[in-house]
Amino acid sequence: MSTRTLASSRRVLSRMAESRTSSEPAAAPVLDIHDVTVAYHRKPVLWDFDLTITEPSLVGIVGPNGAGKSTLIKAILGLIPLTSGSVSVLGQDFAKQRKLVGYVPQRESVDWDFPINVFDAVLMGTYGELGWLRRPGRKQRRWAMHCLEKVGIADLAQRQIGQLSGGQQQRVFLARALAQNAKLYLMDEPMAGVDAATEHVIFQLLRELHDEGRTVLVVHHDLRTVPDYFDDVVLMNLRLVAAGPVEKVFTPENLRKTYGRRLDILDDAGEAMRSRVRSE
Amino acid sequence: MEYNTQIVLAGTSLMGVCAGLVGSFAVLRRRALIGDTLAHAALPGLCLAFLIVGHRSLPAMLFGALLSGLVGVLIITALRYGTRIKEDAAMGIVLSVFYGAGIALSRYIQNQSTAGSKAGLESYILGKPAGMILQDLFLIGGTTLACLLLIVLLYKEFKVVLFDSQFASVQGWPALRLDLLLMAMIAVAVVIGLPAVGVVMMAALLIIPAATARLWTERLALMLVISALFGATIGGAGTLLSARFAGLPTGPVIVLLGSGLFGVSLLFAPRSGFLARWLDAQNFRTRIGEQALLCELYNLTEPSLPSLVELDRDTLKSQRSWSDNELSKRLTRLNVADLIKPSDNSRITLTPSGYAKAAQVARAHRLWQLFIESYPDSAPDFTDLDAETIDEKLDQEIVVQLEDRLRSAGRLPKTTHSRTRETTQ
Repeated sequence: MSTRTLASSRRVLSRMAESRTSSEPAAAPVLDIHDVTVAYHRKPVLWDFDLTITEPSLVGIVGPNGAGKSTLIKAILGLIPLTSGSVSVLGQDFAKQRKLVGYVPQRESVDWDFPINVFDAVLMGTYGELGWLRRPGRKQRRWAMHCLEKVGIADLAQRQIGQLSGGQQQRVFLARALAQNAKLYLMDEPMAGVDAATEHVIFQLLRELHDEGRTVLVVHHDLRTVPDYFDDVVLMNLRLVAAGPVEKVFTPENLRKTYGRRLDILDDAGEAMRSRVRSE
Repeated sequence: MEYNTQIVLAGTSLMGVCAGLVGSFAVLRRRALIGDTLAHAALPGLCLAFLIVGHRSLPAMLFGALLSGLVGVLIITALRYGTRIKEDAAMGIVLSVFYGAGIALSRYIQNQSTAGSKAGLESYILGKPAGMILQDLFLIGGTTLACLLLIVLLYKEFKVVLFDSQFASVQGWPALRLDLLLMAMIAVAVVIGLPAVGVVMMAALLIIPAATARLWTERLALMLVISALFGATIGGAGTLLSARFAGLPTGPVIVLLGSGLFGVSLLFAPRSGFLARWLDAQNFRTRIGEQALLCELYNLTEPSLPSLVELDRDTLKSQRSWSDNELSKRLTRLNVADLIKPSDNSRITLTPSGYAKAAQVARAHRLWQLFIESYPDSAPDFTDLDAETIDEKLDQEIVVQLEDRLRSAGRLPKTTHSRTRETTQ
């Protein structure tokens, strides 16, 4: 019972909670994950998970392989049924807020040999706003092109998606998500296996989205870059280990709780934190 | 052409259009084999419908076929989710059991009744559409039109679900229901194809036009059009051929025609065809070989820069494992491109434009080499044999940094070289 109590104690990304003064009207949190458990048969993949993001933020989600990071994102998006718990996006069920949510799945999740070109793939981002039977018109096409320009591959618009490099494919997914014009973005390892140039473009884009007042949750694999890329971090391993501003939460102690005693990882993270302190 | 033949021809062509359209979606959704199961599982329903109605009625028999085909698919799904049996094994079981039951029933019908011989049930096994009447044509035409209409209306919805069903779900499209609609269309397309192609070879009609069309285009809309046209062509041509040679069942003829078309496409299709890929590989090899040669020419010229000295052909040959023949061919190409200048049989000099090109190649090769040494983690993902792509593949910052290191070691080739031209006049 004791573990249960520990896990279900509500945690709020603390910096955000502090920054809201009592005089402001209490807007609905961007994302409210309450007591969520996802299990396949009897094996939990996500266990009594609580997380509240009260205002726009750029959040990295880290944890070891199999920690349930992708499951968390899919659970938020209603792609996996919850065994228990609830999720609300901007104060309501996800189903009512679809148009405010953008999604970047893992690159391996689709068949890149599918017969469409880059532009058509990005245009799909506008389908949500179009609704049944309506075809994308000039407005949607112009918007899709604009999103392609933002990720720097407008020149590849007519290329079949299978002919792209890994980094370019990732940019296609990103442009498609931009085309969704969402308030909350959920991205599953957008920087995995991409070239340095693409990683840079993606990072810039994340910042830009955040500066525009949107919330971006990014599953991230590289501990070394966490302090550079994100304001807040969620450490998880089936359960939530810690969540909050990087400088408070991204500590050796929390990392040890997340990863166990894998020292090489702790070294990487420690080095990254030190270099961040130096550069500030 | 006889009136009857015209009807049969129209029917099989329309059936080909339907199979081509729906088959494209089935292939892209990796559901191609479902068609095979549906077709085999349709046979007992077809026979039972005949037994119940008591005479040969295409609509009734196709309806029976559709029902038992769907029951077959349901059983597969149940086996897959309810037991530890995997999908391929479940398909194998259902396919053979239903087919066996169908064959047994059709024999029973033939032995039982005098009408049995008129049922022509045999023709549904390998295909023989001879008995088609005008009503049947309307049935086939109507079904094809319905499929076409659905695809045109829901093109956008099908496209996003087929490409990325999870993304589609996030946007709110009912991915599961659209998938079921697609399955229903596959079932209907299979069933109306049965009279012409037969249960054994129906899956081929679903797959071949789609797979062939995919070779010719990179666009979904065009793939659908080409696939429908291919389906109509082989359906129609197969019927005509089998009518010309009496006794030849239509199914095998249509499938053979289709595979012929597929074979030709495999050879000659742009980009993905064997010929195009072979030419591509050949060009690439030539290009890489030429770059290697230029790089060695640069290395040998480098010590005596800025003057472009004569080089000995044998020294050049000893740099790499080139055969005499290979080296001669490549030197000839460089000579034709005015990149080198032979002084006699065994001596050559880089021309100024040849120097510029060689220095470029040498720069890229050295940068790649240094990149691999400096970034061993990411090297396998980004290195590229073609020397001219380095500035595209690597981040500008990294290129500049690598160049600095080469420069301080005195190994950065000067790609723009101002010097007095070597004179041989």
